Amino acid sequence: MSPVSRGFRHLHRAPAGQESRLPPGQYVTEGFPVLSAGPTPHTPLEKWTFSITQGGQAKKSWTWQEFRALPAETITADIHCVTRWSKFGTQWRGVSVDTLLGQAGYDAPYVMAFCDGGYTTNLPIADVTGGQAWVAFGYDGGPLEAEHGGPARLLVPHLYFWKSAKWVRGLDLRDTDEPGFWEAYGYHIYGDPWKEQRYAGD
Amino acid sequence: MERTAVRGRLTWQAATVTSVTQETDSVVTIELDPPHWPGHRAGQHLDVRLTADDGYQAEREYSIASAPGEPPTITVERLEDGEVSPYLTEELRAGDELELRGPVGGYFVWEPGDSGPLMLLAGGSGIVPLRSILRNRLRTSSDVPARLLYSSRSWPDVIYRDELGQHRDGVQVTYTLTRGQPAGWTGHTGRIDGALLEQVAWPAEANPLAYICGPTSFVETAAAGLVGLGYPAERVKTERFGGTGGH
Repeated sequence: MSPVSRGFRHLHRAPAGQESRLPPGQYVTEGFPVLSAGPTPHTPLEKWTFSITQGGQAKKSWTWQEFRALPAETITADIHCVTRWSKFGTQWRGVSVDTLLGQAGYDAPYVMAFCDGGYTTNLPIADVTGGQAWVAFGYDGGPLEAEHGGPARLLVPHLYFWKSAKWVRGLDLRDTDEPGFWEAYGYHIYGDPWKEQRYAGD
Repeated sequence: MERTAVRGRLTWQAATVTSVTQETDSVVTIELDPPHWPGHRAGQHLDVRLTADDGYQAEREYSIASAPGEPPTITVERLEDGEVSPYLTEELRAGDELELRGPVGGYFVWEPGDSGPLMLLAGGSGIVPLRSILRNRLRTSSDVPARLLYSSRSWPDVIYRDELGQHRDGVQVTYTLTRGQPAGWTGHTGRIDGALLEQVAWPAEANPLAYICGPTSFVETAAAGLVGLGYPAERVKTERFGGTGGH
């Protein structure tokens, strides 16, 4: 039983009627905080590609121009950071991962997203297909700024936001579920905010 | 690169607050005595959980301010519109219980065996994990030379002022004051920029290892500045806060 913190009061409430949108242990923020482990990379668009790889081989690769010619969607989603902020109703433009995997072809149970700067994160294929994941290039009506992961980031809003890898450059198809960058430092291998899967063992 | 996976579940425990020390008008340092503390590394965090009398709970993570081997200690800045930080900075007293779990995180850490001179850059309360690193350096009698560039609003806002002034051999502390300077201030003023970094930071040829912690705008400027001076991105570790309005 947790001790009561004398004098502590509940101030940060979710907007009335929207309490059920807030996962346990989270609070609502209006800002858009930035978290990352190193300097912001700036890859010129003419050198940018997005690739679906397997066993070190590229199955399919798109230049920025080719990527932007793919059908794009507008996504409205609530996002939840493991550091406990949630932001409701964020608006994105992006290409569905279904479209990318559909063009590349795939037969693997997991993916490892890889990024500029060396960041990686692991995801089950079931969580990046079926209209649940995008490679987002636009935010709030404009381009996605570099500090928020631009030119393009993964968007997997039903998992903690570290899974929505910034500066993403591709997905590597994997037979096994290996920990990515933060997962290897003790963060949860899956990261379901509704089950509060923050750290390994949660 | 050393990676420390967290083994098993990090469980919540009620720690006793052994002291609350006022650092500045809006910042306190809280020393904690948890029943079971596995030890921490310099730069790691811990999670704090508060419980209201109606059962509502709020959790936040805080950088650990103390060195490995010392009791876990956090330093908390009171944030306007905060929910947890006003309680920690104004209500909490020695002898109270505070729930915590940890330590957490393994990337933004420094070990005395890590190569290269240390380049530490702090914006505001971003000094907290860097203070743990400097204390660890001192406690382990490390001879790794260290430079700290610390940006604060004003001299009274400088956290750990006395302690930082006591570092001697191999540690160089440089301040810049962004909003106000005391009479006769001859140090740097204004926000950090490329010129100040070039003047204060180790040259890239020294193979420095950099740790940057502060608000996003500070971290972006500092990290880009060091990369511009030739630091490889993988030698520049960053930690950011701010903008959440939530702590």
